[in-house]
Amino acid sequence: MIIPKLAFRNLIGNGAKTWLNALVLSFSFVAIIWGQSLFEGMDREMSKVTIDQEAGGGQYWAGAYDPYDPATIDDAPAAIPADLAADAAAGRAAPILIVSATIYPKGRMFPALLKGVDPDQAVLKLPFDRLLGGDGEIPGLIGARTAKSTGLAKGDTVTVRWRDASGTFDAADVVVVDVFQTQVQTVDSGLIWVPLETLQAMTGRPGRATVVTVPVGPAPRSYPGWGFQGYDVLLKDIKSFVQAKSLGFSIFYVTLMALALLAIFNTQILSIWHRRREIGMLIALGMPRGRVIALFTLEGALLSILAAAVGAVYGLPLLIYMSKHGWVLPAGQADSFGLALDKALYPAYSTGLVFGTILLVLAATTIVSFLPTRKIVTLKPTDALKGKWS
Amino acid sequence: MENSVLIRTVNLTKIYPSGEQPITALRDVNLVFQAGEFAGLVGPSGSGKTTLLNIVGSLDVPTSGSVEVLGEKIETLSHKKAARLRNRHIGFIFQTFNLLPVYTVYENVEFPLLLLGMTAAARRKAVRDALAWVGLSDREHSRPAQLSGGQSQRVAIARAVVKKPDLVLADEPTANLDADNSHHILHTMEDINRDLGTTFLFSTHDAKVIAHLRRKITLVDGRVTADEARTT
Repeated sequence: MIIPKLAFRNLIGNGAKTWLNALVLSFSFVAIIWGQSLFEGMDREMSKVTIDQEAGGGQYWAGAYDPYDPATIDDAPAAIPADLAADAAAGRAAPILIVSATIYPKGRMFPALLKGVDPDQAVLKLPFDRLLGGDGEIPGLIGARTAKSTGLAKGDTVTVRWRDASGTFDAADVVVVDVFQTQVQTVDSGLIWVPLETLQAMTGRPGRATVVTVPVGPAPRSYPGWGFQGYDVLLKDIKSFVQAKSLGFSIFYVTLMALALLAIFNTQILSIWHRRREIGMLIALGMPRGRVIALFTLEGALLSILAAAVGAVYGLPLLIYMSKHGWVLPAGQADSFGLALDKALYPAYSTGLVFGTILLVLAATTIVSFLPTRKIVTLKPTDALKGKWS
Repeated sequence: MENSVLIRTVNLTKIYPSGEQPITALRDVNLVFQAGEFAGLVGPSGSGKTTLLNIVGSLDVPTSGSVEVLGEKIETLSHKKAARLRNRHIGFIFQTFNLLPVYTVYENVEFPLLLLGMTAAARRKAVRDALAWVGLSDREHSRPAQLSGGQSQRVAIARAVVKKPDLVLADEPTANLDADNSHHILHTMEDINRDLGTTFLFSTHDAKVIAHLRRKITLVDGRVTADEARTT
């Protein structure tokens, strides 16, 4: 225990130099934790809201369906497997039929997708119950983005044209029963939600669906002609986006960290140079060279622990404030990413992130503290005692 | 008497490489020191006093010949064994005090005991005793920067003797001190030598120190030119 005790004494005994280094290093701690927590929070929030409103616990896709290939949409719908149909009847699955269409709001023409969903489904957290009822009209539910881009509002009627299963064009009027707000653009932009059975009847596809969303929990099963898609596919865009942003931001804190480590490295070299008499004295007093090296290395490593403490003093209030109030994005910026971003980013601080950061900085500081101390191995104590460097 | 031999040098030679003209610091030095001696190496600058002290203190090794300290052959000791010998048996006092600047007086004196792994209670008693010997009991919380030269050297003495070593090597211990402080320190060291039986070996050309020595060995150009037992 003598080395940690002496290292602590030396570190504190160095006064302002120690505190200045600790302050600089603490910026790295706070910046890394703050930056990474923003991305972790962004990932969690976007994933959660996407799971709640679109992905559920995963989706079964009809064999030909590819959301990135519009040509597959009208050919994809397939008969819902009996098990999934039974689950849907019991509220444990949400079949969705997707049909490409054209809408004519106020005389203009917009490409759109009609999505049929059971208004009683309990898997997705969207206000599909508004589609219940209606007086012989086709009820339609749209998101705020679609409402904005088409000029439609609650109570408006819009003409919709589509092709049925036999390839015949048909058209009808849809009444907008409500406009809902959502972060998830893919359940809003260019979409009109209608009751599943109505859309099946409109398109001549009874008992068919393009996608069946299931709740979180049950293990995926295998159905001929259907493929299960997990989060690796359904949340892929979110993960890629967060990873790309996180990598970009990491350049900032790698630079900050490099500056802090350079300062520590420089301080360590100067410290060993200035303290060569002391090193000679330690050796003369009977401290083996290995322990002298350990002492100097530990002084550097302890600096990172001190920096963590200093960082906690001003970082904790800052990070707590951020977690409560979030980082408000400039108006309109959240939507510009095309993902389920909220209007403010709320950081998420995981134990792994905090301890991972501390360990990372501790390891880096220990390494840069150790490198200059190797010189001590070759130092002659008789020269060191005279203040010479052999 | 053979059992009380503390240091024995046999044909000790030390040559420092220095370009084309190596410097011979010690030439065939043959000396024996008994336990409890209060002896000094005297001579002009460059005569080899400090070199001999460093080799005896296992901080350096001879180029040829042999040095035995407390039964250990210095020339064959590993770094680790040499550190253990210094840690357990040898105390050092230097001209420039070499106190650890960020430590208090108490912590400086305590330092060798920490290396020995003594318990806190034993350390406390030993440090307080050592500070009492050198008359600095009231300065244990001071830092080296707050001490005069004489006080600093007394702290260095306390640090050298706190572990009650067999041998204390003092390199020009009074060179930075005035006459009063020099006498005070020399009396302190004589008291310790008498009370604890600690062997003191000085390197000095200070007449004040020489006057206190019971054995004076004169070195000139690395050779022993005189070895006199004296009564003080």
